[in-house]
Amino acid sequence: MGQGNIKKIYHSFIHAFPLLFLFFLAFTGFDLSFFLFKNNYSFNFIYLVIFYWVLKKPDRLGYGLIFLAGIINDVIQNFPIGISPINYLLLCSIAAFIRNRTLVPSLLYDWIFFLIAIVIISSVNFLILTMVFEYPIKYGTLMFGSFITFIIYPAFSKLFDQINLIDLRQENAE
Amino acid sequence: MATDTGRDDFIIAIRSAFLKKGTRQKFSLFTLLIISILVLSLEYFKSGPINNFRSITKDIIFKGSFFISGPFVFIKKNFQNFQNHLNMYEEYNELKKKNYNLSTLINENKYYKSENKILKNLINEENIYSNEFLTSKVLFDKKSPYLKSVIINKGFNHGIKLGVAAKERSYFIGKIINVNFLTSRILLASDLNSKIPVIIEPSGANAIMSGLGKNDYADLEYLPKINKIKEGDIVYTSGVDGIIPQAIPIGKVFKIEEIFFVEFFVDFNQLKYVKVNK
Repeated sequence: MGQGNIKKIYHSFIHAFPLLFLFFLAFTGFDLSFFLFKNNYSFNFIYLVIFYWVLKKPDRLGYGLIFLAGIINDVIQNFPIGISPINYLLLCSIAAFIRNRTLVPSLLYDWIFFLIAIVIISSVNFLILTMVFEYPIKYGTLMFGSFITFIIYPAFSKLFDQINLIDLRQENAE
Repeated sequence: MATDTGRDDFIIAIRSAFLKKGTRQKFSLFTLLIISILVLSLEYFKSGPINNFRSITKDIIFKGSFFISGPFVFIKKNFQNFQNHLNMYEEYNELKKKNYNLSTLINENKYYKSENKILKNLINEENIYSNEFLTSKVLFDKKSPYLKSVIINKGFNHGIKLGVAAKERSYFIGKIINVNFLTSRILLASDLNSKIPVIIEPSGANAIMSGLGKNDYADLEYLPKINKIKEGDIVYTSGVDGIIPQAIPIGKVFKIEEIFFVEFFVDFNQLKYVKVNK
């Protein structure tokens, strides 16, 4: 395989990174769960990916594909099918709303809006699961999971910024 | 005037977020949200063509997940093997200390089994449970705070039914909670929603073993107030639910601050092949 081909694959990988990462997370159910004070918690990386990319580069993640990732996530996590697409699409709508209203983007504002967004989404998730499907889920665990996802947002935002930058450089070079 | 403009901007931003399709978007958020709500409402149909379609979708996703997680499972398994090699010497010493006389134990076990058979025949007791177990491969496991389960490569088409027991070697690990055409989901005994009727021997006390979301142990609920349970007693399935066969060993009892727990015999992180009751 020539160097040109390797470069091409690398470019395509960087360009499709958000999509590949989203589907990897949905298919594997990867959440890095850990124990803290005798309780099990986990990060929700999918929220991070969706919020960041819909906010910064909406053309990288199609809403239809986000919907599909939600369906896959529901099957893997054994949730009622349709609940994750609702959560993800609500997150998309909040991110799109913030994008429309923001004139000067800043990490701090994004971070605060991310907290508001995941609190709304986790509450909707909890209400549907417990009231409609009588799913035994602990509100505290759900909220703490959302909180730790909020804490790591800046680190992931910086990482995604770098990936976005590489992609932009490649686009400009072409 | 300024308030009106602000409100207009707000409404335009909401309308734009929900209804406007992006440059490369094929659907608007509003359309997809409506579709999601419709899909969610289909969850109420537990039989018929919708259920068949759901089973096929799940099978495809589980098989896809198995292939995608393949490289990571491979790394995880090798890491566990490496750890096992490191711990081998310690384990060897531990086993040496226990100094089990296995042949005596096996002979004793054979004697009790035959005695039990004769006694059962005397009281005309019939075995209502199937002793047939189907060996299946674990496709992948899901261990999050909300769910502790494994997906196996046998389903409906292989004769697996909802609610039946699953074992690893001869130890109980959980029960089937979801059956598709080619795959099934086992809810592990460690899951928060797992409630299994058990019997504690030799005292014979009945209880409900309730998962705590922890991999190593579970809680014992509804124990009789006066009981003779002590640490080291063995917990078996009691079979009172009529679905899970009786006398499948689960774990042994231990105590923390006067509360009894069950320590599982099986390491749920290392499940590769399981046996499912047919």
